[in-house]
Amino acid sequence: MTTHDALTGRGTATEAPPAGPRRRGPGWTPWLYLAPALVLLGGLLVYPIYQLGLMSLLEYTQAQVSGGEPTTFQGLGNYTMLFTDEQFWQVLLATVVFAAACVVSTLAVGCALAVLLTRVRAVPRLALMLAALGAWATPAVTGSTVWLMLFDPDFGPVNRVLGTGDHSWTYGRFSAFALVLLEVVWCSFPFVMVTVYAGIRAVPSEVLEAASLDGASQWRIWRSVLAPMLRPILVVVTIQSVIWDFKLFTQIYVMTNGGGIAGQNLVLNVYAYQKAFASSQYSLGSAIGVVMLVILMAVTLVYLRLLRRQGEEL
Amino acid sequence: MSLMGGFVRRPWRLAAEVSALLIAAVVAFPLYWMVLNAFKPAGEIESTEPRPWTSEPSLDSFRRVFGQQEFGRYFVNSIVVVCSVVLASALIAFLAATAVTRFRFRFRTTLLIMFLVAQMVPVEALTIPLFFQMRDLGQLNTLGSLILPHIAFSLPFAIWMLRGFVKAVPEALEEAAYIDGASRARFLWQILFPLVLPGLAATSVFSFISAWNDFLFAKSFIISDTSQSTLPMALLVFYKPDEPDWGGVMAASTVMTIPVLIFFVLVQRRLVSGLGGAVKD
Repeated sequence: MTTHDALTGRGTATEAPPAGPRRRGPGWTPWLYLAPALVLLGGLLVYPIYQLGLMSLLEYTQAQVSGGEPTTFQGLGNYTMLFTDEQFWQVLLATVVFAAACVVSTLAVGCALAVLLTRVRAVPRLALMLAALGAWATPAVTGSTVWLMLFDPDFGPVNRVLGTGDHSWTYGRFSAFALVLLEVVWCSFPFVMVTVYAGIRAVPSEVLEAASLDGASQWRIWRSVLAPMLRPILVVVTIQSVIWDFKLFTQIYVMTNGGGIAGQNLVLNVYAYQKAFASSQYSLGSAIGVVMLVILMAVTLVYLRLLRRQGEEL
Repeated sequence: MSLMGGFVRRPWRLAAEVSALLIAAVVAFPLYWMVLNAFKPAGEIESTEPRPWTSEPSLDSFRRVFGQQEFGRYFVNSIVVVCSVVLASALIAFLAATAVTRFRFRFRTTLLIMFLVAQMVPVEALTIPLFFQMRDLGQLNTLGSLILPHIAFSLPFAIWMLRGFVKAVPEALEEAAYIDGASRARFLWQILFPLVLPGLAATSVFSFISAWNDFLFAKSFIISDTSQSTLPMALLVFYKPDEPDWGGVMAASTVMTIPVLIFFVLVQRRLVSGLGGAVKD
C-alpha cells in the first residue's frame, strides 16, 4: 500500500511533516541528480533513434560515407525495396517463429524447474540453482562456441552418444535453428526459474496447504492457485524473454557463422547487420532496424496496458 | 525447508530430487565440457571417441591462448570496459533513482514511463547510427565507443530496479538527518548511498553482463585497431568455422567465463532477493 502511495504521490507528500529543506520544495535538485542520466540517454539513445529513422529515409551507402556522392532523400524508397524483397519476409517470419519457439520453451522449462525447486530438499535445490547460475553467467559467445563443440560433427560427444556418425547439425536449416534454440533456452531459463521461484516462495504456504488438503493435483495447484498469483511476475519474464529472443544476435551470428548457409538462418538483427556492415547498405539496414523497433515498441505497449490492467500505478 | 514437503508423498519427493540432480548435471554439462576440453591435450580433443575425462591434463591450450594475438591485452581491455561501465552506471543510476523516488516534481511520472519504455528499445538496432556517431566523435576503435553506449543502455533498467531499494530507506531517516543539520549531499552520500549499496550490487550484475558479453558493438565499432578489441572478438580468433582450434576456443572461453562466474557467486544472494523485490514492486 505504501508503495502505491509513494508512487502516485497521494500519501507522503501531504502527510509528511513539513521539515527541513523539503518545505521549500525540491527546486532544481531532482533535475541536477537526473542530469547525467538524461544527457547520456538523450545523446546515446534518443538521438540515435532519430538518426536511425532519418537514415532509413536516405540513400546512404559506401559512396555517401566516403563523400563520393551526395546524400539524397529517398522518402520511403528503402521501405518499398525492403517490403518487396522476398528474403525480408522470409527473415521476418523466421525471426517471429524462432523467437516464439524460444520464449515458449524458455518459459516452460523455467516454470517447470521453479516448481520442481519447491518440492526438493536443500541439496538438490542448491545443485540445480548453482548449475543454472553457471549457465546464466556464461557469456553468449562462449555459450555458443561450447554448444557448437558439443554438437561438433567429428569431435562432439552428442553425435557419439546418439550414434549419428558425423552428422552436421548446422547444415540443415531446422537443425541449425534447433541447435541455437537449445543454447538460448540453456542460457535464459535460469532467469525465469530464479524469478518464478522467488515468486512462489512469496506465496503464503497456507494457501498451498489448503489447496493440497482439498485434494488438488500439482498441475491443478499450478494452474488455479500459483499461476494467477504469479501473474505479475509471469508477465515480466514473458515480456523480457520476448524482447531478448526477438533481437537475438550473438548466438545466431556465431553458431550459424553469420546467418547460415545462403542466409537460411538469418534473423532480423543479423540481417540488418549484414546489410549495413557487410554490404554497406546502411540505409537499408536502418530501415530493418526501424521495423524491429516498431515491432518491439508494439510489444511494449501491450506490456504497459497489462501492467495498468493489474492496477499498478506509476 | 521445502515448501510443500509435508504434503508430497515420499516416493514422489525422491523422484523429484533425483530428477533435480539429473537436470542439474545436464545443465552443468556444457560448462564441464568447456573446462575439460580446455585442459585436454590436443590429441584427445581431436579424437573421434571423445571421453568425458582426461588422464593427462595439460596447460597447452592456455599457453597458446595467452601466447597469441595479445590475448592478455584483450582481457585487460574487457576489464577496463566493464569496470568503467559498472561504476559509472551505478553512480548515475543511483542519483537518478534518488531523484525519481525521493522528490515530487513535474514530469516525474512521465520520466518513469520513459525509463520503462527505454528498457524495451532494441539497442542492437541502433548499431548503425551509433557507428556514425562514434565516427563523428572520433571514438571509433577506442574503448570509449564501447563504454559510453553500455553506460547509457544499462541506465533505464538500473534506475527502475534501484527505485525499490531507494524507496525502502525510511523517510523518517531523511528527516532525522536534516534535523541533525546534515546537508543534502551529506545525506545522499553518507547515509543513503551505503544503505542502497546491496541494491547496487544486484543491479550491476546486469550492466556487468551486458558489457562483458557484448559482441555486436565490439564487432562493429572496433574495426581496424585490434589492440582495442575485447575478449568476445579474441575468442573468435580461435574459432574458424572450417577448422576450429577447439582447445584454444575452450581455454579462451574458460578464461572469459570465470570472471562472470566469480561475480555471480559474490552477488548471488542479493541477486535473487533483489530480483524478487524489483519484480514484485
